[in-house]
Amino acid sequence: MENQTVTPSELKTEEFVVNIGPQHPATHGVLRVEVTLDGETVKDVLPHLGYIHRGIEKMTESLGYKQSIFLTSRMDYLSAHINNHLCALAIEKAAQIEVPARAKAIRIIMDELQRLTSHELWWGSCAMDIGAVTPFFLGFRDRERILELFEQNTGNRLTMSYIIPGGVMNDVRPDFVPKLKALLKSIKDYRKEYDQLITGNYIFQHRTQGIGVLSKEQAISLGCTGPTARASGLSCDIRKLYPYDGYEKLDFKEVIDYGCDNWARYVVRMEEMSQSIHIIEQLLDNLPTGDYRTKLKGVLKLPAGEYYQRVESARGELGVYIVSDGGAKPYRMKFRTPCYSNLGAVKPISVGMKIADLMANMATIDLVIPDMDR
Amino acid sequence: MIQFSDVTTWIHQLLSSCMAPWLVFLIELVVAAVAAVVALLVCVIIMVYMERKVAGHMQLRHGPNRVGWHGLCQLFADIIKLLLKESFTPTRADKLLFTVAPVLSLCVSLLALAPISWGPGLVLWNTNIGVLFVTAISSMGVIGILMAGWSSNNKYALLGAMRSGAQIVSYELSAGLSIVTIVALAGTLNTGGIIESQANGWWVLKGHLPAIFAFIIYIIASTAECNRAPFDLAEAESELTAGYHTEYSGMQFGIFYLNEYINMGVVAMIASTLFLGGWQPFYLPFDFPLAHAFNDIMALKFMETWPAWISWVSLAWPLVWFFGKLFLIIFFMMWFRWTFPRLRIDQLLKLEWKYLLPLSIVNLVIVALFIVLGLHF
Repeated sequence: MENQTVTPSELKTEEFVVNIGPQHPATHGVLRVEVTLDGETVKDVLPHLGYIHRGIEKMTESLGYKQSIFLTSRMDYLSAHINNHLCALAIEKAAQIEVPARAKAIRIIMDELQRLTSHELWWGSCAMDIGAVTPFFLGFRDRERILELFEQNTGNRLTMSYIIPGGVMNDVRPDFVPKLKALLKSIKDYRKEYDQLITGNYIFQHRTQGIGVLSKEQAISLGCTGPTARASGLSCDIRKLYPYDGYEKLDFKEVIDYGCDNWARYVVRMEEMSQSIHIIEQLLDNLPTGDYRTKLKGVLKLPAGEYYQRVESARGELGVYIVSDGGAKPYRMKFRTPCYSNLGAVKPISVGMKIADLMANMATIDLVIPDMDR
Repeated sequence: MIQFSDVTTWIHQLLSSCMAPWLVFLIELVVAAVAAVVALLVCVIIMVYMERKVAGHMQLRHGPNRVGWHGLCQLFADIIKLLLKESFTPTRADKLLFTVAPVLSLCVSLLALAPISWGPGLVLWNTNIGVLFVTAISSMGVIGILMAGWSSNNKYALLGAMRSGAQIVSYELSAGLSIVTIVALAGTLNTGGIIESQANGWWVLKGHLPAIFAFIIYIIASTAECNRAPFDLAEAESELTAGYHTEYSGMQFGIFYLNEYINMGVVAMIASTLFLGGWQPFYLPFDFPLAHAFNDIMALKFMETWPAWISWVSLAWPLVWFFGKLFLIIFFMMWFRWTFPRLRIDQLLKLEWKYLLPLSIVNLVIVALFIVLGLHF
């Protein structure tokens, strides 16, 4: 009898499907990812959406322009200010409303603080997905202090709805600037702890470096934006490319890394936090005085037409497309959300990796589920 | 000085004077087993409380602080909750294996207690294969985990169990080799004998560099054997929800939880026995008057001249050292858990087979050379 040799490639093992989610610690929300596994190796990833679809786009059609701002806070709950800002900018562009300089500065400060809170939370949850629990609490500690500032000045912690067409809802408190200065100083101190605990950790570096490689071509073809795409060497910062509300006057760097892997995405986000602090510091010293909002009519009507506006949210390019028929309510309001496009990157970067790497990939792409399902 | 063996001999004689020999044997067996298990359960209670407090303070929290003074009764509240909850068995699960798995793991962990020497003369089973027995028994713990993972009929549980199997079988090797290093130095497998060989200095202090390497390797390998973070792949909360015990609830889950801490206790006891001198007090292996004086104080030499009834107090002294070392090692394991991210399965196996195992083999060879050349103390 002839001896038969079996090479590993012929040795087929049974593949099986595991549902990660809708309730799973690593999806941070109600995303369901259908993963085909061969042992520990990921063979296929199929995300399913719709578990937190609230019909925000449809709801805006029965609300006024000013009211629809409040719904956008609920889209990406980690960057509510930026969502509000987007909507306000689109409406201001359409109705040609002039915004006072003070409001513009406050908006940018709030945006960047929001980016800081979002990245701090991401830092904690990213480390937790990789298996370290303690960073989660440190991330929350620092985020908490910014949220307290939000609460003092806007009245809310998560869904602020503070940036409205024409400016901001109310002026900041008189002690806003000194408090923010103290806050920024402590955030800078805390950043050292982040580096000691996670950035310099050998296990963390080995869990992220060379894992989840998303090439620049893939990033472009999948429509990835934000830190995810910038870590693949794609320049896509809306604040630089299509500046709004005075970003063009500020000195900051578009953080780009050419590593393409999870580590690059980590480094980009960490550096973005420093850049956000830098932006706020420039505005704090000469915060313009004057009005904080332009008085608008009770019912706002946009001239008939189509309008598009984009901003840089904490996760990437956030866009809104408004179709107006000249009435008091939008005919159609469509959001282009970054997480929905970035989700597409999960499959190409995870296939062939281990299941633990899939979690690390999803963590560094920074998915916020309500942002995908509006 | 009064020894524990005096106490046990006195009890034995008291019982023998009024009972048949087989009854004496039976009573002693049960009493000793219950005493050991109760002592360990007390340790576990302290460990769970300690873990929550350590984790809390490392994570800018306070830990439990509502039930009882500083949350001391929190654990009892949790146990009552677990006891009152239904132990749910999934419909498609293999009912027999599913029920047996936690009990089997618990039995295996408790068996490993038998040859451990708690104090001078205070040992449940004074056998000459003590350390070998512990190594053999603790590698059986994986069977319970594999049974739990397989019988749950859950893919997360199965993945967790498979990981755990690969992990425990691998790390068993370097843990075993680092134990052999000390066995070679001490020249005995008996736990009491190993501890007595450290009367003139702990092995980690007097065993040169190889003993330190063996200690570090043993701590890493035993953390992995206990499925503790950063090697908690079998549970891997962020990937496999709860790993092999995903489907367990109520006290069945409680037993797995308890089991984790018992395992930790056992490996910490072994580590302190082998490397840190078990119940031996701290000893400076130097030859100058100050060191002698220090060693005499540590060994409570000054108590010898005191009246006999006070020297009863000295009975507790070895226990203080034993449990002190136990909890020191456990604190380190907790520190690891709340600091490090988790390794990936291939990194975990690479660490063992590429680094720890060759290092332990080389280490063992060096120790063997030391012994042959007569270089050790």
